[in-house]
Amino acid sequence: MNGALLEVANLEAGYGPVEVLRNVHFSVASGEIVVILGANGAGKTTTLRAISGMIGCRGSVVFAGQSIRGRRPDQLVAAGIAHVPQGRGTITDLTVEENLRIGAYCRRDGEVDADIARWFDVFPRLGERATQPAGSMSGGEQQMLAIARALMARPTLLLLDEPSLGLAPLVTKELFAQLATVNAETGTAVLVVEQNANLALAIAHRGYVLEVGELVASGSAEELMTDEAIRKAYLGF
Amino acid sequence: MSEFLQFLFLGLGQGAIYATLAVALVIIYRATGLLNFAQGEMAMFCTFVIWMAWDAGLPFPLAVLVGMAFGFVMGAVIQLAIIAPVTKRAHGNPLPVVMVTIGLFLALSSLAPIIWGTDAKVFPVAFGEGSIELFGASITHRVLGTLAILGLEVVVLWLIFQRTRLGLAMRAVASNEESSALAGVPVGRMLMIGWGMAAAFGALAGGLAAYVGLTNTLMLVPLIYAFAAATLGGFDSPGGAVVGGLVVGVVTELSAHYIPFIGNDLKLLPAFLLILIVLLVRPQGLFGKRQVVRV
Repeated sequence: MNGALLEVANLEAGYGPVEVLRNVHFSVASGEIVVILGANGAGKTTTLRAISGMIGCRGSVVFAGQSIRGRRPDQLVAAGIAHVPQGRGTITDLTVEENLRIGAYCRRDGEVDADIARWFDVFPRLGERATQPAGSMSGGEQQMLAIARALMARPTLLLLDEPSLGLAPLVTKELFAQLATVNAETGTAVLVVEQNANLALAIAHRGYVLEVGELVASGSAEELMTDEAIRKAYLGF
Repeated sequence: MSEFLQFLFLGLGQGAIYATLAVALVIIYRATGLLNFAQGEMAMFCTFVIWMAWDAGLPFPLAVLVGMAFGFVMGAVIQLAIIAPVTKRAHGNPLPVVMVTIGLFLALSSLAPIIWGTDAKVFPVAFGEGSIELFGASITHRVLGTLAILGLEVVVLWLIFQRTRLGLAMRAVASNEESSALAGVPVGRMLMIGWGMAAAFGALAGGLAAYVGLTNTLMLVPLIYAFAAATLGGFDSPGGAVVGGLVVGVVTELSAHYIPFIGNDLKLLPAFLLILIVLLVRPQGLFGKRQVVRV
């Protein structure tokens, strides 16, 4: 586990008296795509919210060699973690371009405009809609915008919360293909939590399975895809 | 005709003051979804600071700037020390915070006479006493200057919100706090700056309004007009607040003069009627955005 970008150990988190996560351990290496699979209510969203400082947690969360537990979300963005929350998390009253600018809020360099042009190249539909309010776009376009917005921070780790939620299958497929490309080109590590195991495992290097707050299985994407029990429970074939 | 113009100008001059205070209300409403009932009293407090600076020998425009700077710090400190902790413990319920702003209203209103006494302070008339002739009516330098200040405010607000990184972040926080935090915007600092900016605009409104004589009741009535202005224009629209303020000012002055039973005693009546009609016909205000709730 030496050299892991993100190292989570003994993670426990919940809402008030309700404990959602128990004793969760996992890691993400630099440049790696890791998926956490699980059904509704398994604690996937809670895991990401605990990492990015949106809810309190116990245990250890170490990012790039430093403990980040208890830091605010905006401080973590500056440190290199960008979180795309469930339900897109675009800022609907701002235009597409303004959303991208907000994504670069933590940056002080002069390359923001160049990065915007770059993501407009990768996601041409965003470029066509640069001056439209984000809220006027379709679900798939908003999800692309949310991801591009997160990449504007030039993160070393991208957290994605169920990017396929509410999207048509074809759109989801395109989105995951683009994620794989972005990962290969920028070397940004990706931690994605998903219910759609097929698509997520297709682009992931490794995966974990979360069941009512506890990790019950882990392995390479191939191992998970060929594991009989996991296939039955999460892949449906 | 010239009499009509006379009262129109008078109304515009008053309206510019209401508009300035309404802009302060709107800045806080957009950022936090809250009505700050203490906005007027915060402005009154700052106006006493303007008076002290002027009384100590500073030129009036400089004294107003001192009061605005004091207001900025005061607003930011109130947000940090009182509003933020209460909001955190209220878990999304707006009522405790609104109650706190009413408490602030009472505290500031009774603190001012303790510090500065109860006698009305002589306060300078912004832009002096003179007047010019326009279309057969006379319009005072004060009214012209106040309108010019309002125009300047609109430009400055537009530049801040549309052309700066800070303004973009403030608009982002107003639209979606959680997504803004995840995008790297320090939400708490933005709310502090928002309260500071609002209080600074309030100080400006006080500095323009206090020519009638400065006491702790200076902003009581203007606050009600400002609420009417923001309701009319839409609580989430700074431009709407400006238009709303001018309309409220003009309607108030004209109806006081032309509708016999209203006169000076019932001046507030048209403002209340305006609030009522807007809330019935177009609850989001003329320029406000309708809240669309997706389920």
